[in-house]
Amino acid sequence: MAKHTLSVLVEDVPGVLTRVAGLFARRAFNIHSLAVGPTEIGGISRITVVVDAEGDSLEQVTKQLNKLINVIKIVELLPEASVQRDHIMVKVRADAATRLQVTQAAELFRASVIDVGPESLVVEATGNSSKIDALLAVLEPFGIREIVQAGTLAVGRGSKSMSDRALKTLSA
Amino acid sequence: MSNGKPANPATVAKSLNRSKDATAVSSVVEASNPVQGPNNIVAPTQMTGSQAIVRSLEELGVRDVFGLPGGAILPTYDPLMDSTKLNHILVRHEQGAGHAAQGYAMVTGEVGVCIATSGPGATNLVTALADANMDSVPMVAITGQVNSAFIGTDAFQEADIVGITMPITKHAFLVTKAEDIPRVMASAFYLAQTGRPGPVLVDITKDAQTAQTTFSWPPKVELPGYRVVTKGHNKQLREAAKLIASATRPVLYVGGGVIKANAHEELKKFAEYIGAPVVTTLTARGAFPDSHEQHVGMPGMHGAVSAVTALQQSDLLITLGARFDDRVTGVLHTFAPNAKVIHADIDPAEISKNRTADVPIVGSLDEIIPQLHAACETRFETEAQQDLKPWWDLLDRLRTTYPIGFTETHDGLTAPQRVIERIGALTGPEGVYVAGVGQHQMWAAQFVKYERPRSWLNSAGLGTMGYSVPAAMGAKVAQPDRVVWAIDGDGCFQMTNQELATCVINQIPIKVAIINNSSLGMVRQWQTLFYDARYSNTDLNTGHGTARIPDFVKLADAYGCVGLRCERDEDIDATIAKALEINDRPVVIDFVVSADSMVWPMVPAGVSNDQIQIARGMTPEWEEED
Repeated sequence: MAKHTLSVLVEDVPGVLTRVAGLFARRAFNIHSLAVGPTEIGGISRITVVVDAEGDSLEQVTKQLNKLINVIKIVELLPEASVQRDHIMVKVRADAATRLQVTQAAELFRASVIDVGPESLVVEATGNSSKIDALLAVLEPFGIREIVQAGTLAVGRGSKSMSDRALKTLSA
Repeated sequence: MSNGKPANPATVAKSLNRSKDATAVSSVVEASNPVQGPNNIVAPTQMTGSQAIVRSLEELGVRDVFGLPGGAILPTYDPLMDSTKLNHILVRHEQGAGHAAQGYAMVTGEVGVCIATSGPGATNLVTALADANMDSVPMVAITGQVNSAFIGTDAFQEADIVGITMPITKHAFLVTKAEDIPRVMASAFYLAQTGRPGPVLVDITKDAQTAQTTFSWPPKVELPGYRVVTKGHNKQLREAAKLIASATRPVLYVGGGVIKANAHEELKKFAEYIGAPVVTTLTARGAFPDSHEQHVGMPGMHGAVSAVTALQQSDLLITLGARFDDRVTGVLHTFAPNAKVIHADIDPAEISKNRTADVPIVGSLDEIIPQLHAACETRFETEAQQDLKPWWDLLDRLRTTYPIGFTETHDGLTAPQRVIERIGALTGPEGVYVAGVGQHQMWAAQFVKYERPRSWLNSAGLGTMGYSVPAAMGAKVAQPDRVVWAIDGDGCFQMTNQELATCVINQIPIKVAIINNSSLGMVRQWQTLFYDARYSNTDLNTGHGTARIPDFVKLADAYGCVGLRCERDEDIDATIAKALEINDRPVVIDFVVSADSMVWPMVPAGVSNDQIQIARGMTPEWEEED
């Protein structure tokens, strides 16, 4: 199944994430990743969700999402018309002998080392999913202790803002 | 587009760039004031949250509410006692309050209201909420919740009813502050009533009820994520008219949405104009008069041969407020295989959910049907409609050859179909008929003649046994001048008959016809047909030659109702006539009928509608042409 990125503007009210997540579960859609946070407008949050779905079922889930009263707007962010980023923190085994190699590998990916211990490093990286995968492949031989990854963030290219109309509705 | 594409309920299909059912918005109606009721101006007044709940209900124009108090809703029951505008009916079980609110809403089109306490009171409403959600019934349920400081502590009678009802309501609100009460109440009624109607739950904590607040009316309702499209898109309407002009086997596939939209008159005019056959689904019985010559019956698993065949052999389904339910379509991919589909519905998510629509039209049917009518008039000026006579010849033959009927029983007991047919005939189309779920429900759909909308109530989508008595009670409260029949089964009746006490005490003289075949009849029918007549746990021992536990006549008597029993064909009319004469209290009739009668026709589950059987093992003879 193909992955689709949906950017969903919701009212920032209790239970809204439960409603959205519950709807995906109830209609048997698989959530690949989920990121929730505030937007530039007070009272409105954004849920960026990557779903596995085929055409007709994506259309159905979008319609069902739109029926949720707290959902204000849904946009599918197509790969060619948006920028999408994953964010990862990786705890890698690194002692005095291997520390330099790990640091150099991180630099190649423009990742930064944000914590150093006697036997490990924490590497932080941001990028699209293929870059993250490549970084992990390079770090893997040193011994990965822990991976922490956030849901994909995505925003449309160009000057338009998808919350413009939503804002208009709110102020009307 | 640099920023993805915008989506809203009406345009999402288009925005996703892959659908045939792209529908642009021609008018997004932002009601100037979404607050229901007379919209009186109430200057800021100091009162408690509880008083604000009662006052909001009054300002929203509510007259009758059904409920049962308990700890967490107690504060609200105190001012309720003083209200002169609200008539509160004390039920015996909260499920009864829920179904009563449904019945009230179904016959009036207004929002039905029920009230319960937290925890078990609220969970007892769950079945009614799920039922209302499936059948798009406008309803508001108000529940008490434990003090907001106790939420999440497993407090006494605490249940997360908002969480529980999220998947089975149109929306659910939790109110923890008294000042939010008027706005949330107005929002709840607006949501329940508009768009695709549905149940809305308002859960109010005890401290919000007891706190002081300043009440004023009307409140400002802000629902930025809620938009209702009412007018159909012109391009789609033109496309639909084009298909209608060229169709040789069109069918108007009419669902409950026509009744919800009060569009039955528009439907009749339109149907007569295009001359196409009309089928009315289980929720649409009465949307088009049964006596009309263009009505070819109810489709579906127990539909008329003429209606099922009309859909199967159609080349164009003009779908109005119906949702291609599995009980109508049978195996989906074999349903109406040669038909193009026009699908008009107020809920965009219904369009192309089960069957892909060739022409999708989002909007309210009271607007869409006249628009479609006008579009056809324009189209027919340049392109004459096809001759439908050959189509009608086929359907007329089927109507004549395979009318809805029943066979006599072999055990000397009355045929249940006869009882129901006589109830309908002696009461007439002005009555209201409320069924439970099972065989008696299907017979009530088949053998009562419905001539007007809102005269037939049943639990169609959820299939809730026990719906009938409380829903009939709600209907009778809303329309006391109508004869209201609960046509119930002996199984269903035993689930909710406690509301007879409510009916007697509050003088709600419903009439209950128990079609007593001493068993869970529909399940028994399936056991007869598909489980080698092994009757596992379907015998209820209420009928002829059994222990008669309970004795329904004695039970009726114990409740202060009139209890009658009818065991012979020759007594049917006299018994019904006697029941029709009694108007000072409820009447319960124990119609003792044969357990062997079955619902026919039937499309067995899991097969194509083409395999409809008019009786066991008997499939109609089809025309060779298809």
